[in-house]
Amino acid sequence: MKTDAVAASTPTTPSTPMRTNPVRRLLYSRGIAPYVFVLPFVLSFLIFFAYPVFSTVVMSFQEVLPGQTRFIGWDNYRHLWNDSFFTALRNNTRYTFWTLLILIPLPLVLAVFLNSKAMRWSGFFRSALFIPSLTSVVVAGTIFRLVFGQTDVAVMNMLRHAFGFETINWLAKSSTGMLVLVVLATWRYAGVNLIYFLSGLQSIPSDLYESAEIDGANKWNKFWRITVPLLKPVTIYVVTISIYGGYAMFTESFMLWSGNHSPNDIGLTMLGYIYREGIEKNELGFGSAIGLALLAFLLAVNVVQLKFFGLFKKEED
Amino acid sequence: MSVRASSPWERILLLALFAVLAALALFPFYCLLLGSLKPSKELLRLGLNVRLQPDLLSLDNYRFLFSESARKYLFWYRNSVVITVIYTACCLLLSSMVGYGLAVYRFLGRNLIFVAVLFVMMVPVEIIMLPLYKLMISFRMIDTYRGIILPFVVTPLPIFFFRQYASGLPKDFLDAGRIDGCSEYGLFFRIMMPLMAPAFGAMAILQALASWNSFVWPMIVLKTNEMLTLPIGLASLLTPYGNNYDILIAGSVLAIVPILIVFVFFQRYFVSGLTVGGVKG
Repeated sequence: MKTDAVAASTPTTPSTPMRTNPVRRLLYSRGIAPYVFVLPFVLSFLIFFAYPVFSTVVMSFQEVLPGQTRFIGWDNYRHLWNDSFFTALRNNTRYTFWTLLILIPLPLVLAVFLNSKAMRWSGFFRSALFIPSLTSVVVAGTIFRLVFGQTDVAVMNMLRHAFGFETINWLAKSSTGMLVLVVLATWRYAGVNLIYFLSGLQSIPSDLYESAEIDGANKWNKFWRITVPLLKPVTIYVVTISIYGGYAMFTESFMLWSGNHSPNDIGLTMLGYIYREGIEKNELGFGSAIGLALLAFLLAVNVVQLKFFGLFKKEED
Repeated sequence: MSVRASSPWERILLLALFAVLAALALFPFYCLLLGSLKPSKELLRLGLNVRLQPDLLSLDNYRFLFSESARKYLFWYRNSVVITVIYTACCLLLSSMVGYGLAVYRFLGRNLIFVAVLFVMMVPVEIIMLPLYKLMISFRMIDTYRGIILPFVVTPLPIFFFRQYASGLPKDFLDAGRIDGCSEYGLFFRIMMPLMAPAFGAMAILQALASWNSFVWPMIVLKTNEMLTLPIGLASLLTPYGNNYDILIAGSVLAIVPILIVFVFFQRYFVSGLTVGGVKG
């Protein structure tokens, strides 16, 4: 049976196709086969992407109730102008700002160190720094809420005692809560970004450095004149995914404050807000409007970001 | 010559710096492991701390994990294993097919489909969580494995990766296969799949890790306690009214163990899988 099918499908042997049925012959033809290969994506795209995107746009103009939906125009979007929305947006923005400020330069410099000739056991250290990213946010969050626990003997409070400060409840205040989030992000993602930068470094031809040395460049010059400019594509990529990741942050906050409700919403994120309105309160229409507002905001941020890097490039040329 | 020029001081400083960083990176694991060996009452009272207290250490939490009263933990573990295995297998098969199709054939609509792949990659999935949730309700897939797996089983990143990989392979094999009477599908399964083995390795690890750790979507889809996956189950133990630290801490340790084992043996695949988006221009 199998050999028959294989033989029948061969376009170079003209005698065989006569024996099989036309549907099969069509399916095995070289013109149709590519469409069979990409079919899984096309189906998945239509059902699980295009339709949901369409439906979320429609829902954002509706009040969606079980059994009946009502068109309400721009009301959901007008409703966005409220404290919770801005709290969530501010929290994500602060988080993204700090993660960008730490998680771009730090891994970049560490990658340069790890890649330097003077470095020993770089493979081991690379792995050690990467391992935190293997943990789920749930496990990482569990560890960090205990490390930053409010008791006298929790690790970070003991550290404070060592410097003469007193015990604090880290997660009760917005500023220290944000600190815990950023420390958690640094712990989990520094190793990943390090790997991105390392692979970027390895694609820089070493003769560039050699000829710079001949011209009398020191390490500082080489870093700023060769390494940083040539790492630009990687940097753009890391910045882009960091912005997306920063604004999509949710699980970290969910774990630290054991749920979607933190004191004064100091841990509320955009996604947490969508979840609260859309799933917990079942306001699918309003939840959709929040999601689309977030999407518009993200696209705008990214256009600005790419433009910034793009203008940068023009100046260099 | 300049290679040897680094001074011993430089070397020692670098080693010291990275030794400190590695210790910081691994320290939370030490805390977790130590905590899992202490009585849960102690944890509840005092939080996670680094005091060794040898007289308190025992395997009681792990024993409890496998006892009748913690049966739900074993359910979660099983669910996570089943979902990760099915998801990863289906995801690899389907996305390698799509990636191969886009790389090897020239056909009407090819560019359009590839642009769609890139477009899906750029829109954060969180935006369509709510309509997807609604769709799952109408498909009656809430609280099922299918509901977790299906919407994301054909996902753009591995498609992109397989496309890049297949584009880089020599096409002579395919022509040779055709002349020998291999069907278009035979070419894929018998010739291309073995050639793409390294790509499968990288994507298997990346997707399995993502599935094992995924949180938001399973939390939305899953409702009953026996259906929960490990991350959702563990997170459900943290409530504002008191936490089940015995299952939580020891359970977290066992959730990390399989990943660490895979990482130790297949390290290079992690790196090659990760760097697909960033560096390849």
